[in-house]
Amino acid sequence: MSGNVIRPYGDTTGDGRIQVSFTLPVPFGTAAEKSRAEGAAMQLAAKMGLDPAMVVHAKGMGPDYTFFVVYGRVSHLVDLSQVTVTEREFPLLSPAEVNLRIRSGLGRELVVVGACIGTDAHTVGIDAILNVKGHSGEKGLEYYREIRVVNLGSQVAVPDLVARANAEGADAVLVSQVVTQRDAHISNAKQMSAAFDAAASAAGADRPLLVVGGPRFDPSIAAQLGVDKIFGKGTTPGEVASYLAFALAPAVADVSAETSAHRVGADA
Amino acid sequence: MRTRLNLDAAVVRQARELAAKAGQPIVEMAKTHTTVSVERAVLRLAGLRGADPDGMPWVNRLVDAVRETTGLEHGVALPAWDALATGGYDNLAALAEAASLGKVAFRVPVGADADAARAAAHVALANGFAKIDANRARRQHLIQETAEPPKPWIYLIVATGDIYEDIPQAQAAAREGADVIAVIRSTGQSLLDYVPEGATREGFAGTYATQENFRLMRAALDETSRELGRYVRLTNYASGLCMPEIASLAGLERLDMMLNDCMYGIIFRDINPRRTFIDQRFSRQIHARAGIIINTGEDNYLTTADAVDAAHTVVVSQLMNEYFAKEAGLADGQLGLGHAFEIDPAVPDSFLLELAHAQLVRELFPDAPLKYMPPTKHMTGNVFAGYLLDAFFNLCGVMTDQSILLIGMMTEGIHTPFLSDRDLALENVRYVRDAAGRLGESFVPAPGGFVEQRATQVLAESVSLLRRIADEGLLTAIADGTFGITRRPADGGRGLDGVIGRADGYFNPASEFLENGNGAAPPEPARALNEIGASS
Repeated sequence: MSGNVIRPYGDTTGDGRIQVSFTLPVPFGTAAEKSRAEGAAMQLAAKMGLDPAMVVHAKGMGPDYTFFVVYGRVSHLVDLSQVTVTEREFPLLSPAEVNLRIRSGLGRELVVVGACIGTDAHTVGIDAILNVKGHSGEKGLEYYREIRVVNLGSQVAVPDLVARANAEGADAVLVSQVVTQRDAHISNAKQMSAAFDAAASAAGADRPLLVVGGPRFDPSIAAQLGVDKIFGKGTTPGEVASYLAFALAPAVADVSAETSAHRVGADA
Repeated sequence: MRTRLNLDAAVVRQARELAAKAGQPIVEMAKTHTTVSVERAVLRLAGLRGADPDGMPWVNRLVDAVRETTGLEHGVALPAWDALATGGYDNLAALAEAASLGKVAFRVPVGADADAARAAAHVALANGFAKIDANRARRQHLIQETAEPPKPWIYLIVATGDIYEDIPQAQAAAREGADVIAVIRSTGQSLLDYVPEGATREGFAGTYATQENFRLMRAALDETSRELGRYVRLTNYASGLCMPEIASLAGLERLDMMLNDCMYGIIFRDINPRRTFIDQRFSRQIHARAGIIINTGEDNYLTTADAVDAAHTVVVSQLMNEYFAKEAGLADGQLGLGHAFEIDPAVPDSFLLELAHAQLVRELFPDAPLKYMPPTKHMTGNVFAGYLLDAFFNLCGVMTDQSILLIGMMTEGIHTPFLSDRDLALENVRYVRDAAGRLGESFVPAPGGFVEQRATQVLAESVSLLRRIADEGLLTAIADGTFGITRRPADGGRGLDGVIGRADGYFNPASEFLENGNGAAPPEPARALNEIGASS
């Protein structure tokens, strides 16, 4: 079916019409400046593949900038068969869905222990994930009714972390590492996972889920560090919560079914 | 007072009485305790600045050294000024440096030695308060020299992380129409138990609050105020582990408004409740003296709880904030109580509900410069729908005479606003203000109608919650998750180890400038502030 190749839809199939808005660092004062500014916008539109293009709105913002709204027709084709979707191994859930999944799948509250280990005093990352305040418009894990958060703060020694995680009955341990001098984040993470493995085998029990995060981590080396999951730069609390629910609370059939409909735009 | 909601004055009075009943034990606790940050603020007011080579401020080093030797039960001032005199140090910085190396034998002086230490501390603090008082007078002078912008004031945020980038952005925002510039702090600064030093160029999604950054930005905005012929106010954030210190720095550098909520740190940052309440009292006494308008953070509750179900928790928190603020010496014209337009637009009559809530707050606090926050929770990424929602927020703001409008961005939650986002947002508020700015005078909800009923209901719910809090205690209510749905036990959270019970003979040289009505004492600025508050 030819439906595999499409163009943008304005008001007629195949018309290719789209709208964009942008700012250029050009003045919009005198008549000559206005003409030049609109010409500059037309040039950008042409290079973006808009042909024909129409500058429908131009407005000076202060002495040095101009804002434009442009409508035009793009000649580009979209081949749906070539669309690739990067699959996250877990579905993104809303807080209500995470809570529901924990309630139905785990049947009790999920315990998370968080810390910055080693000499790292930068709690900004772990706090952004754990504090109610959260970041990027998403509330932190403390906000989730079914998650109990124990935030140990900064410069926590690995043996203390292991002991506290055990005492709290932690289902998951979240460790943040910002400082990366001499690859401290790598060696600290390895040391941490080794300590949890040792404690678990001594006790003959499973170790908690180990999650590390930080701006300089490569998310693909979890196995090398001996941890279950690595979150990199820009991770939001909702992603972490969704992962924890996915990894620790078995899905009940109808929970995941409603997820896709719910999350529109919230984490685009 | 013009009332549009027919609120029962007896119920309003009852709400305030219950808030006072709930607040009094907290005030008693604050009067019988001190914190490391209160003591560090004393040293800052005495002019101690700078940091050791590791960047740890001398005020921290000195307070820590005193704490390790004599303890802080008598305050830092007696041991510090005693050691300053007996040890022959040139100044507090020299004392702090020696103390951090363990070279100072502190003691709590008695008799004539104690009198001498108290007198020396008094002189040092008098200098600090003279500067704060001069700044307050200077603000009034600059407002007269330029002009007081009409309400509602337009509040815009800059946040680059680099003070030298913030300055041109703030000046541009003022030229575009902002009356108030807020410099957002680096994420998590509220959890640092020290105030960084110097001009800073690196922050996480914001710029560190430091004395030097305050000074640089205020100087730049003075220049812009003169250029524009209207006084542009500067705002920063006091809430957190260093509330008393940041409040002091704000007074010393003539900031105009400060975020200072009595519970924000507890609820959203898991700072210990006792620590927070003790710190907030001292910080608000400083704000009172400095003529600074506080902004409270009730809008935050509605980002976690439902804006309809939890509407009364906003009112309860405002009444608590009002009680604590007035007890600390702040005038009505300094109470920038916060609230927000956060009801799900899918809820039927959502705009009427917003009107009822906003008008209720306006009538409960007729002389307060209320700060109204735009929608964030239901900004979905559909920027076109978001722009419409922001227009309704602006309309509600002008209809209900809100005093300070934080300008909503249609790209809220997507990115740091583009230049064009900000320009469109200002176009939005200008249109609403020009088209409907006087609608407030004609807006009278129908007697007994939906808006009036809703306001009456929220007030009634507030009274019953206040009654519960007054009965069981505010600390218990916070521990039960009453505000922002988060449970915060009185002995949990960060910073409890920085709380110290006062011994008999505790001495704080700032107190004589702040207690017993001295805080709001300077007569001229107090009058001018009342006029500001009443003009809305």
